[in-house]
Amino acid sequence: MASRTAICRGLLRRNSITGARSMSSWWTSVEPAPKDPILGVTEAFLADPSPDKVNVGVGAYRDDNGKPVVLECVREAERRIAGKMNMEYLPMGGSVKMVEESLKLAYGENSDLIKEKRIAAVQALSGTGACRLFADFQKRFRPDSQIYIPVPTWANHHNIWRDAHVPQRTFHYYHPESRGLDFASLMDDVKNAPNGSFFLLHACAHNPTGVDPSEEQWREISYQFKIKGHFPFFDMAYQGFASGDPERDAKAIRIFLEDGHAIGCAQSFAKNMGLYGQRVGCLSIVCEDEKQSVAVKSQLQQLARPMYSNPPVHGALIVTTVLGDPELKNLWLKEVKGMADRIIGMRYALRENLEKLGSSLSWEHITNQIGMFCYGGLTPEQVDRLTNEFHIYMTRNGRISMAGVTTGNVAYLANAIHEVTK
Amino acid sequence: MESQNPNHAISPSATTASNGDSVFANIAKAPEDPILGVTVAYNKDSSPIKLNLGVGAYRTEEGKPLVLNVVRRAEQLLVNDPSRVKEYLPITGLADFNKLSAKLIFGADSPAIQENRVATVQCLSGTGSLRVGAEFLAKHYHQNSIYIPQPTWGNHPKVFTMAGLSPKYYRYYDPETRGLNFQGLLEDLSSAPSGAIVLLHACAHNPTGVDPTVEQWEQIRQLIRSKGLLPFFDSAYQGFASGSLDADAQSVRIFVADGGECLAAQSYAKNMGLYGERVGALSIVCRTADVASRVESQLKLVIRPMYSNPPIHGASIVATILKDRDMYNEWTIELKAMADRIISMRQQLFDALRDRGTPGDWSHIIKQIGMFTFTGLNTEQVAFMTKEYHIYMTSDGRISMAGLSSRTVPHLADAIHAAVTRIV
Repeated sequence: MASRTAICRGLLRRNSITGARSMSSWWTSVEPAPKDPILGVTEAFLADPSPDKVNVGVGAYRDDNGKPVVLECVREAERRIAGKMNMEYLPMGGSVKMVEESLKLAYGENSDLIKEKRIAAVQALSGTGACRLFADFQKRFRPDSQIYIPVPTWANHHNIWRDAHVPQRTFHYYHPESRGLDFASLMDDVKNAPNGSFFLLHACAHNPTGVDPSEEQWREISYQFKIKGHFPFFDMAYQGFASGDPERDAKAIRIFLEDGHAIGCAQSFAKNMGLYGQRVGCLSIVCEDEKQSVAVKSQLQQLARPMYSNPPVHGALIVTTVLGDPELKNLWLKEVKGMADRIIGMRYALRENLEKLGSSLSWEHITNQIGMFCYGGLTPEQVDRLTNEFHIYMTRNGRISMAGVTTGNVAYLANAIHEVTK
Repeated sequence: MESQNPNHAISPSATTASNGDSVFANIAKAPEDPILGVTVAYNKDSSPIKLNLGVGAYRTEEGKPLVLNVVRRAEQLLVNDPSRVKEYLPITGLADFNKLSAKLIFGADSPAIQENRVATVQCLSGTGSLRVGAEFLAKHYHQNSIYIPQPTWGNHPKVFTMAGLSPKYYRYYDPETRGLNFQGLLEDLSSAPSGAIVLLHACAHNPTGVDPTVEQWEQIRQLIRSKGLLPFFDSAYQGFASGSLDADAQSVRIFVADGGECLAAQSYAKNMGLYGERVGALSIVCRTADVASRVESQLKLVIRPMYSNPPIHGASIVATILKDRDMYNEWTIELKAMADRIISMRQQLFDALRDRGTPGDWSHIIKQIGMFTFTGLNTEQVAFMTKEYHIYMTSDGRISMAGLSSRTVPHLADAIHAAVTRIV
């Protein structure tokens, strides 16, 4: 061993090295990439020294002191786990227990689909990972298909399907004039799409608009999807976080399931369990029968293997511990409701403040919209003014993360918004 | 809210393609992953004498998985720290972790690091680092051929193909000598087109355990640089092969020392026992700091649509250990103990075969290095050993030495002896 190291040291000291020095970089033509429009906001916020700064950019929950939160149920789960588990590889499809609990949450505790083992499901790297795995699966097994994406949507959706090489089309969703849903155009787009098209739907708390179809509207959409034979893929990143009630937030999915759709679904535990950095999620695809679900699951695993081999164990353990223990699960339900309630409270506070300031504009949408984000009423130029003059950070599309609003900063925020919009 | 009519309340129109069928109705079940499938088969076997020599996960002398003491300590520190939150990491991962990982593989005094010429991003273990690197290359590099050794880890070709690269092979293993086919390697890399990417196992080649000597590495380096090929290192066993972190990184370091560019994928699965936490790093060594900065920005665009940002838990454990002098030292001791146990298993198996008079030259068992031994057994012999002796291994004849213990070596030796004498 000693002589091997000595030889190496000798080699490292050599000056005339064949070839390497005379070459230029392979990467001279690599352009600097634009900052991620969402995550870049927090970077800029952190760099700002102003004491008044407010971060309403990224959708990560903050308490009323503007601090990130680790849920009590999660802390307790971690205490129970720590020191006890080995760190062996999970199977490619991830933690079977975690996936079981995820499915119960999305499909219902007593779902027939679960009993009949008709759902192919794997643990995924949060919502992003679940969407990407589905996009790769779609590309491999329906190579001629496209994905219909709502306008607007979470910016990363476009990146995901693009990197999976699935062509994209859009469908109408947001209605700027009313700051609500453009239902008529949405239904037109659904009808005009070729039969059997793949659609991306936000199950609840649409990101970035906070505009969700009503229950009646979901029923109509589902009906039309049935006529057209469309494939509904639900991205559910906010279950529990929208209304405070996970069952209620899964309503759209349940309607589609009742109507017999064989849906796909991406679930994330980033927000509703505050497990952001743990990257825990689930991808599920409803199949005709158990045999098909085994086949589909095996193919999903084949896509996971060359991406990361098997998913991370820690976050999955936390989810399993929390959802698998009735006491911890109840605690979680309370804490989720607490987070949702605080956000709903901030919506009312922001709207009241703006109205009290005498703004002539309508701010109704702030309380009509649901979930983490508030959208509309701000142009990119106004957003720039908010950042440059008031040190308020949000994405340039005017999306405000209500989770970043507190009783301490809501008046400041309202005032600033009023200033740039009056 | 259960469906009243499971046979669909609404009839789809006659023009719908599948008339209510799943859009994925024609999907066939994929074959089991050849490596991970071994453990699946092992778990199904009810025999009390079964032995799992499939996947490369370390086992103690008692056949148990091992969590390093220093890892448990780091875990405790983390769980007891009330200030710790679970926020998203940046796309590139935990900054401390990245810096420390680069130092680990390139050496703390590496000029490339000191000159800020290294772009490092946290990724999901070795697999994730390879995939991110490969996707970056597919997007930004002018050549999409990647030369990989014959044989290599089964997942390598899939990773590169999925990323959009085109795998080609260079000769590596010589079945006659059960060692390196150095002539074949040099010939094949010499005839590679200029600029082609070359995958190199930094140490403890998987599955063969056959590594180039120091002198051979220098020749490889000269050839690669003179042909303008781009080296991409897969370092999954640093410290695990010889027991020395520095020695196991020499191959990478001689390349970085010549001032040229390269990629390096690191995994902490084996050397820190963090398998399921999926901790790794991809580093791209560039000619200048400006280039490194642009490269890092583009790596983010690869990562964001894949999983947005990497998992925090495992990387926090690694950073905690690497930045603390005492914990680092404790780690190197535990790491050397794992490597030593494996080296001892090699010797014991060799001795057991010699004692049985098993026909053939089995010296490759002690010449090969790292977790795996490429036994040279053929698929029939392997199948025989599984059926008659309940020994589970991949069909290419690769055995994980980490799965052996003093207690089980005799059983394996018996099985090999029987296979070699009964099946040719």
